[in-house]
Amino acid sequence: MSEQSSGMRLQPLGPSGDLSDEELLKHNIFITKADDLINWARRSSVWPMTFGLACCAIEMMATGASRTDIDRFGSGPFRATPRQADLMIVAGTVTHKMAPRVKRLYDQMPEPKYVIAMGACVCRGGPYHKFGYHVVKGVDLIVPVDVYVPGCPPRPEALLEGVFRIQDKIRRERTLYYDGQRRLTRPAPNPRLEGHAGNWANGFDVEGADAPKSAGFIGWLREFLFEGHGDDHGHGHDDGHGH
Amino acid sequence: MIEAGADIRTEEFLLNMGPQHPATHGVLRLVVRTDGELVLDCECHIGYLHRCFEKCAEGNPYTSVIPYTDRMDYLAAMCNNQSFSLAVEKLAKIEVTDRARWMRMATVELQRIASHLMAVGTYGLDVGAITAFLHCFRERERILDLFEEMSGQRLNYSYIVPGGVLYDWPDDMPKKIENFCDQMEVRIREYNDLLSGNGIFIKRTADIGVLPADVAIAWGCTGPVLRGSGIKRDLRKDRPYEFYDQVEFDVPVGRGLHGTLGDCWDRYWVRVQEMSESIKIIRQSISKYSTSTGKYLTTPANKQLRPPKGEAVYHTTENPRGELGYYVVSDGEPIPYRVKARAPSFCNVAVLPEISRGTMVADLVAILGSLDIVLGEIDR
Repeated sequence: MSEQSSGMRLQPLGPSGDLSDEELLKHNIFITKADDLINWARRSSVWPMTFGLACCAIEMMATGASRTDIDRFGSGPFRATPRQADLMIVAGTVTHKMAPRVKRLYDQMPEPKYVIAMGACVCRGGPYHKFGYHVVKGVDLIVPVDVYVPGCPPRPEALLEGVFRIQDKIRRERTLYYDGQRRLTRPAPNPRLEGHAGNWANGFDVEGADAPKSAGFIGWLREFLFEGHGDDHGHGHDDGHGH
Repeated sequence: MIEAGADIRTEEFLLNMGPQHPATHGVLRLVVRTDGELVLDCECHIGYLHRCFEKCAEGNPYTSVIPYTDRMDYLAAMCNNQSFSLAVEKLAKIEVTDRARWMRMATVELQRIASHLMAVGTYGLDVGAITAFLHCFRERERILDLFEEMSGQRLNYSYIVPGGVLYDWPDDMPKKIENFCDQMEVRIREYNDLLSGNGIFIKRTADIGVLPADVAIAWGCTGPVLRGSGIKRDLRKDRPYEFYDQVEFDVPVGRGLHGTLGDCWDRYWVRVQEMSESIKIIRQSISKYSTSTGKYLTTPANKQLRPPKGEAVYHTTENPRGELGYYVVSDGEPIPYRVKARAPSFCNVAVLPEISRGTMVADLVAILGSLDIVLGEIDR
């Protein structure tokens, strides 16, 4: 043990150091952006919430079952609680009685969170658009939707494609450097919400510059890197664990 | 240290289960009054998936109601199509050829297998056996492949319409169905190895949620739930429709093999046996189909149906979950005046508070899974 630790040497690396990229690779080292690394980890384990409402839930189960094994893409662990989930796949018709529950479950999910609207009913009422007096005409009236997967119901392959689009979104995101918008790809406020009758519909707010910093590891990492640099990024209201 | 049998002060607790819960098979909400792990009472709250079926049916032409029946019991869409189509055929006096009837019977029995595979697989999931779920879905996907080839859809087919079926079968379809039946017989033995004879599974299901026959009748239970209690009642035998009087098959009933008659294991076992019986029916239908003649569809699917004014028809069929009835009233217009559906799951879930009193909370999940409910047709 002591031999090992004495054998380790810290040396300057990278462009400012004396090793080129190729030589770094020979040492099993590569240099990347922190955001890329974090996003790679995040998009490889997007955990969905078990949230089957109707027919589409059967196709969602089929997506997780033997043939189209969603586990291959890191989205296998369907969590039963919103607290452990990153992705809400709204699969099935959202009714007026269910809508407040959908909203509450979305609120209970920790940031960053994503929503896939699976199926025609969730996208905009589907076959119940005309006569469905108890059907919410699109779940985007309640929660912000990232990806729409149309179909009645969509095939499992279509849902997989939706998960890939979520992964693409995560790939483009910037987590570490805080420039006023935590999720750059956050959906804009839905114009369909204007003047909508239901109070629950106007419940969500789009995060702006005043949004609180995220806690946890990323919050700590950001504070660790940017604190005392004289900019406005590091003095957040983090709980400050891990200093 | 508390002595066993000592007077411990306990407290009742109101536990809310659902509507978002992995074991409620949809959006059923249960309000459970518990004392520790004991279920004192439980109450079902439904309506979280009320999709206005009757209103939609009263606003669309007869043939356009078929897609809404798909979405009622989405695990057995073919059976729903068939039931509604039979009602409309009776109402509008539409003839169906023998060939189309045999095609319908084969598809409906395939659908019954698919539905029971789902019930068996998710039941294993409910009581903690994940492997059976993956095995069941493997076979279910094969049935869905056949359906996709017939109808172009994987789940909501709208395949059976008044007057026959929407598309003709490809030439090799009987052969493919036969191949599937051959494999399925082997697979059912596999499920029995995995689940039916599994000691843990029997411990979780036998003697749990015993439903006596008189209670089942009093609450209007039908299908495997009723037959699990030992009552031999199947509409395919008792009130034959299509050509069910021309095929040979048994009606499996629960016999209390591992515990009391009418427990969860009996209901599960009825479903497994029904899959074998369905294979028998499919084989006979396929052989009859090959020799029968006639068009697959007698009335064009987009034809405006105008049944006579004042006619009303109630037609029941045996769904995988029980007696499914459609009550259709005509006022002479191309749009139905009134459509009412009698859904089997609605009555089957009503018995849940009755049989879950005095059980453990974990058993409540097992009982609910054994009832095999679909919220789409409970809330409609």
